[in-house]
Amino acid sequence: MATLSATQPGAMSAPRPMPDYVDGPIRAFAIATIFWGLVGFLVGVVIASQLAWPLLNLDLEWTHFGRLRPVHTSAVIFAFGGSALIGTSLYIVQRTCRARLFGGEEMGWFIFWGYQFFIVSAALSYVLGYSQGKEYAEPEWFIDIFLTVLWVTYLVGFGGTIIKREEPHIYVANWFLLAFIITVAMLHIGNNISLPIHWGSGFSYSAPAGVQGAMIQWWYGHNAVGFFLTAGFLGMMYYFIPKQANRPIYSYRLSIVHFWSIIFLYIWAGPHHLHYTALPDWAQTLGMVFSVMLWMPSWGGMINGIMTLSGAWDKLRTDPGLRFSVTAVAFYGMSTFEGPVMSIRAVNSLSHYTDWTIGHVHSGALGWNGLITFGALYWLVPALWSRARMYSTRLIEWHFWLATLGIVLYITAMWVSGIMQGLMWRAYDELGFLQYSFVETVAAMHPYYVIRVLGGALYLTGAILMAWNVYKTITVADAPEVERDLAPAPARAVAAE
Amino acid sequence: MLVELQWLFSTLWVVWFFVLFGGILFWTLKPSRRQDWKRHGEMIFRDGGKG
Ligand code: HEM
Ligand code: HEM
Repeated sequence: MATLSATQPGAMSAPRPMPDYVDGPIRAFAIATIFWGLVGFLVGVVIASQLAWPLLNLDLEWTHFGRLRPVHTSAVIFAFGGSALIGTSLYIVQRTCRARLFGGEEMGWFIFWGYQFFIVSAALSYVLGYSQGKEYAEPEWFIDIFLTVLWVTYLVGFGGTIIKREEPHIYVANWFLLAFIITVAMLHIGNNISLPIHWGSGFSYSAPAGVQGAMIQWWYGHNAVGFFLTAGFLGMMYYFIPKQANRPIYSYRLSIVHFWSIIFLYIWAGPHHLHYTALPDWAQTLGMVFSVMLWMPSWGGMINGIMTLSGAWDKLRTDPGLRFSVTAVAFYGMSTFEGPVMSIRAVNSLSHYTDWTIGHVHSGALGWNGLITFGALYWLVPALWSRARMYSTRLIEWHFWLATLGIVLYITAMWVSGIMQGLMWRAYDELGFLQYSFVETVAAMHPYYVIRVLGGALYLTGAILMAWNVYKTITVADAPEVERDLAPAPARAVAAE
Repeated sequence: MLVELQWLFSTLWVVWFFVLFGGILFWTLKPSRRQDWKRHGEMIFRDGGKG
């Protein structure tokens, strides 16, 4: 089905036929992203409520905090974030390579259903009490093996599309996405080497033990942040912000420098999760130094994303979808400033184990990963279902303010509660006794936990509005097959030369 | 034997990293590549996709 002229107005080359892109699985991923987002945020609100009102643990083994917490983290990171990443990556790679997905529809659907199967089996296994006890790598060995096969298939599909591309240059978003796919494969295999307790048992022992095991776990954990929550989502940023703003990225050169600096630096920063542990001091210092260095390229990337709007700032007023993406990049800047500060050992001695870490996590997660995904969806849903625009712009505006207010409540509450908690733990009286018992610190945090529940509920409400808006966009047809943005923008005319 | 040379390998590793990264920076920031990069940045508008 070769359709549509491929060139923009003002183009000099002859129109080329457009490949028959595989979009069905991408539509499915878009819906899965919204569905898992709702589930993940809801479980977030539930566990936040459990911390505020412990009665809500219900005294049942399946519903207590210990089992639901990994359901939350996996639902938001792997189910919501993962579906968003895989879906958008398949969209981006086909468009920027002008090539149909390697392996075609079958490849796309296998990746989609395989990934959903992984998510459901992981969540079920946690609730039933299976866990390796490694944060963000909880699934037991039998699920790990399945994910390895699936992930390699995804790599083949993505990489195969790049290899058969028609465009000579590989657009920078694909560099970030490929780094995400390859590194996650490496991390997943490296951190999950384990032996089942006996043949046929679902439980296993980790092969590396002690401090080596901890180091490998946080090499994994930090790079899950670096390559899943950062590099992958940067791929999204480098494609969707220029698309939404209808102008090329502010500096393509800077994006290349951003890419290589992140690749060189991130992988060494893991030990900042293990300050003041049995890990040798030199390794802790190494982690700290690399983390502080990360601040610079991260801010380079942030500037690149935001400055793409230079000369088109008015779009922020008229396009609330773009407002999501740009605010997301501001949160990226904020969490990548906070992170290096927290990796300084003296600061970490206060922040570690406290809610400050939780605040940092959610300024990245809600602010950066969440908002950039919403921004991308508001652009992608009309594009995938051939609609001129989203059903309601007002609902997007509401979503934006609800989400932003929710984030502000969540992270400010956690800063206050975290710093207070850290200071209370280290307070001594004049005789050298601890000034506060542990339970006093827990009681002092209660009001902030309630504020967090409120913030989470606002964030969730915004996401429900989005789900409704997307549903209406898909089901209520406007003039179908309308081309968006018919007016040729100068940047696009130049681009086609 | 190899253990005795460990100091040398770790130093070489750092040097190699600096050289590699410096090379990438040079290759990226060379003034003559400026136009190429600009053109590459504009390619996403040639994908024939919507928007
Ligand atoms: C409605 C929104 C959300 C709420 C109410 C919420 C709430 C929570 C709560 C209560 C915890 C446990 C904190 C603790 O153990 O003290 C938590 C942990 C966590 N959440 Fe969320 N969350 C939300 C959204 C998200 C999103 C969108 C992401 C990621 C994309 C995310 C990622 C995480 C991670 C990684 C942790 C573990 C943090 C750590 O161990 O340091 N959350 N969340
Ligand atoms: C330059 C960038 C960053 C640096 C240097 C950094 C540094 C840190 C540090 C020092 C901690 C606390 C470790 C501890 O005391 O246990 C931490 C925790 C964490 N950060 Fe970041 N961060 C950065 C960016 C981000 C971003 C963008 C996100 C998410 C989207 C993120 C997600 C997390 C998570 C999930 C944890 C909690 C890990 C756990 O379960 O304990 N970070 N980070």
